[in-house]
Amino acid sequence: MRIVRRTQASPTAYVFLLIVLLASAFPLWWSYVIGSKDAAAIVRDPYSLVPGGHFLENASRVATSIPFWKAMGNSVLVSTVVAFSVVLLSTLAGFAFAKLRFRGRAGLLVFVIATMAVPTQLGIVPLFIVMAKLGWIGSLGAVIVPSLVNAFGVFWMTQYLGEALPDELIEASRVDGASTLRTFWSVALPAARPGAAMLGLFTFIATWTNFFWPFIILDPGNPTLPVALQQLQAAYYVDYSLVLAGVVLAAIPLLIVFAVAGRQLVSGIMQGAVKG
Amino acid sequence: MTVHSPLRTEFPGRPEPAERTPTPTRPAWRRRLTRADEKASPYLYVSPFFILFGLVGLFPLVYTAYVSVHEWNLIGGEGDFVGLKNYTDVLAQPYFWNALRNTISIFLLSSVPQIILALLIAAALDSGLRARTFWRMGVLLPYVVAPVAVALIFSNLFGDKFGLFNHLLGLVGLDPIQWHKDVLPSHVAIATMVNFRWTGYNALIFLAAMQAIPRDYYEAAMIDGAGRIRTFFSITIPQLRATIIFVVITSTIGGLQIFDEPRMYDTAGMGGADRQWQTLTLYLYHLGWTQKNFGRASAVAWMLFLIVVVFAVINFLVTRRISSKGSR
Repeated sequence: MRIVRRTQASPTAYVFLLIVLLASAFPLWWSYVIGSKDAAAIVRDPYSLVPGGHFLENASRVATSIPFWKAMGNSVLVSTVVAFSVVLLSTLAGFAFAKLRFRGRAGLLVFVIATMAVPTQLGIVPLFIVMAKLGWIGSLGAVIVPSLVNAFGVFWMTQYLGEALPDELIEASRVDGASTLRTFWSVALPAARPGAAMLGLFTFIATWTNFFWPFIILDPGNPTLPVALQQLQAAYYVDYSLVLAGVVLAAIPLLIVFAVAGRQLVSGIMQGAVKG
Repeated sequence: MTVHSPLRTEFPGRPEPAERTPTPTRPAWRRRLTRADEKASPYLYVSPFFILFGLVGLFPLVYTAYVSVHEWNLIGGEGDFVGLKNYTDVLAQPYFWNALRNTISIFLLSSVPQIILALLIAAALDSGLRARTFWRMGVLLPYVVAPVAVALIFSNLFGDKFGLFNHLLGLVGLDPIQWHKDVLPSHVAIATMVNFRWTGYNALIFLAAMQAIPRDYYEAAMIDGAGRIRTFFSITIPQLRATIIFVVITSTIGGLQIFDEPRMYDTAGMGGADRQWQTLTLYLYHLGWTQKNFGRASAVAWMLFLIVVVFAVINFLVTRRISSKGSR
C-alpha cells in the first residue's frame, strides 16, 4: 500500500506544482526583463517578456548611482561575521545545554525557547538611544553586535547535538582528562558540523536580507544592500529599468548560494520542522 | 525517510595518546581544577546568549516602557515625566487606528491564504513525485530574495497605470485596479509579496510533518473507502495540528511587525498618500524618526508588543480548536 501511494503522483499534482514554480520564478525573470531594457524599449513594448540586452549597461549605471560595491562589501562582511559568530556561540551554548550537567539547565533552556516568541524588534527606540550614546550610529558594528547570537541558533544546536553527539564520546573524552573546552573543540564541534553549516546558511540569508534595523542605523554613504536598494528606489523611481537592474544585481549572491546549497536549505527547513 | 540527521560514530577529535595524563591518580590541584572546570564551564558557554539577549533584547524592551512615559525627543533626549500622556495622545490619533486596521488586514490577507496554499503544495509534494528535490527547491526559490527586492519587483507589477497585472486585467476586459490608491487592493498587493516569499518555506515545514504521519493511517482509511480529499481533512490536517500552530504563531509574530514591504511599496515610504497601507511598525518609524518623537514611538512599540502577545495567544487557542475539531 505504501508503495502504491509513493508511485501515485497524479498529473494534477504536477500541473499544480508547475504553476507554483512558474509563479515563484516569474517575478525574478520579470525583474531581469525590465532591468535589461532601455527607456525606449520600455515605452515601445512595456509588457514583452523578452529581455532587452542592456543589462550590463544598466548595471554599471546602478554602480555609479549608489555606493553599490561598498554596499555589497558591507553585506558580505556583516553576513559572514554574524553567521560565524552565531554558529560558534550557538554551538557552544547548545553543547552545554545538550551534553553538560549543571544546575538550572532545564529552566534556562525553557527561557531561551520562550525568548524566541518575544518581538525584540520593538525595542528599537532604546537600542537606537544606546547606539547614539556609544557613537555607533552609521557603523557596521551597530548592525553586527546585536545579532552575534540568537535564541533560535541556541535551540537549534541544542536539538542537533542532543541527537548527533553520543554521550559516550563526551565521557571518553573526560576519562582521557580533556578539559570541557577541549572536549567542545575536538569532540562536539566536529560532530556539530552538518547542523552548524545549516544554521550558518540560514543566518547568512537572514542577515543578508535584513532591512529594518540597518535602514534605521546606517548612513546613506555606508549601507548594506537592502538599504542601498531603498536609496536607488528613492532617487530613480521613475527609471524602473535601473531599479530592477539593481534588484537583480543584489539578488545574484544569494541566488548563487541557492544554486550551491538549495538542497541543504530544503533539508534544513524540514529537519527544523520535525524537531521544532 | 528523508528526515534524518547524520550520526557520527567515529571519534573525531579524541586526544592523541601522547597527550594523555600518564598516571591514573592525578594531583589534588589538578582534580580541583577539573571540578571547577566542570562546574563553571556550562554557565560560561551559555552566557553569551543571555548577556546579549539582556543587552539588546530584554533591556530595550523594558526601557521602551520607561521612554514611553517621558517626553523624549530624538535630538533633545530625555524630557519630563508625562505619565500615560504619550499613550492617550497616540490613541487619540486616527492614524494609529488606521495603522492597526491596515496591519490586521494585511496580516489576515497574507497568513490565511498562505497557510491554505502551503498545505496544498505540501500535499502535492508528498504525493510521490519524480525529481522531488527539484520541486522542493523550486518552491523555496523566493525565500532567497530579500523582502526589499520582492517589494520593488511587485510594486512594478502592481503599477496603477502601466503595471503588468492591470494590463492582464485589461486583456480579459476588466477595469484596471488602483493598487496604489485604494485601500484593499494595496493590502492585497502587500500580502502578495509576503505570500510570495514565505508560502514555499512553510510548505516544506508542512511536508516534513506530513511525512512523519504513519502511512498505515492512510491505508486503514482507504480500506474504509475514504478518498484522497477525505483523508486529507480527516487524517493529514489533524495530524499536523502542532505544526500548523507553530507556523501560525511564527507568522503572527512576524506578520504583525511587517515593515519592509509596505515601506518599499512606494518611494515616500509613509504608507501611501492617505496612509492606505501604513502599518503599525511603519507608523512607529514615522513617529520616531520623521517626527523625532521617541516618547510616542515607544508608546506605539509597547502597544504593538501587547497586540502581538494577544494575537499569538488567540491564534494558539483558535488553531488548537479548529484542528482538534477535524479529528472528531
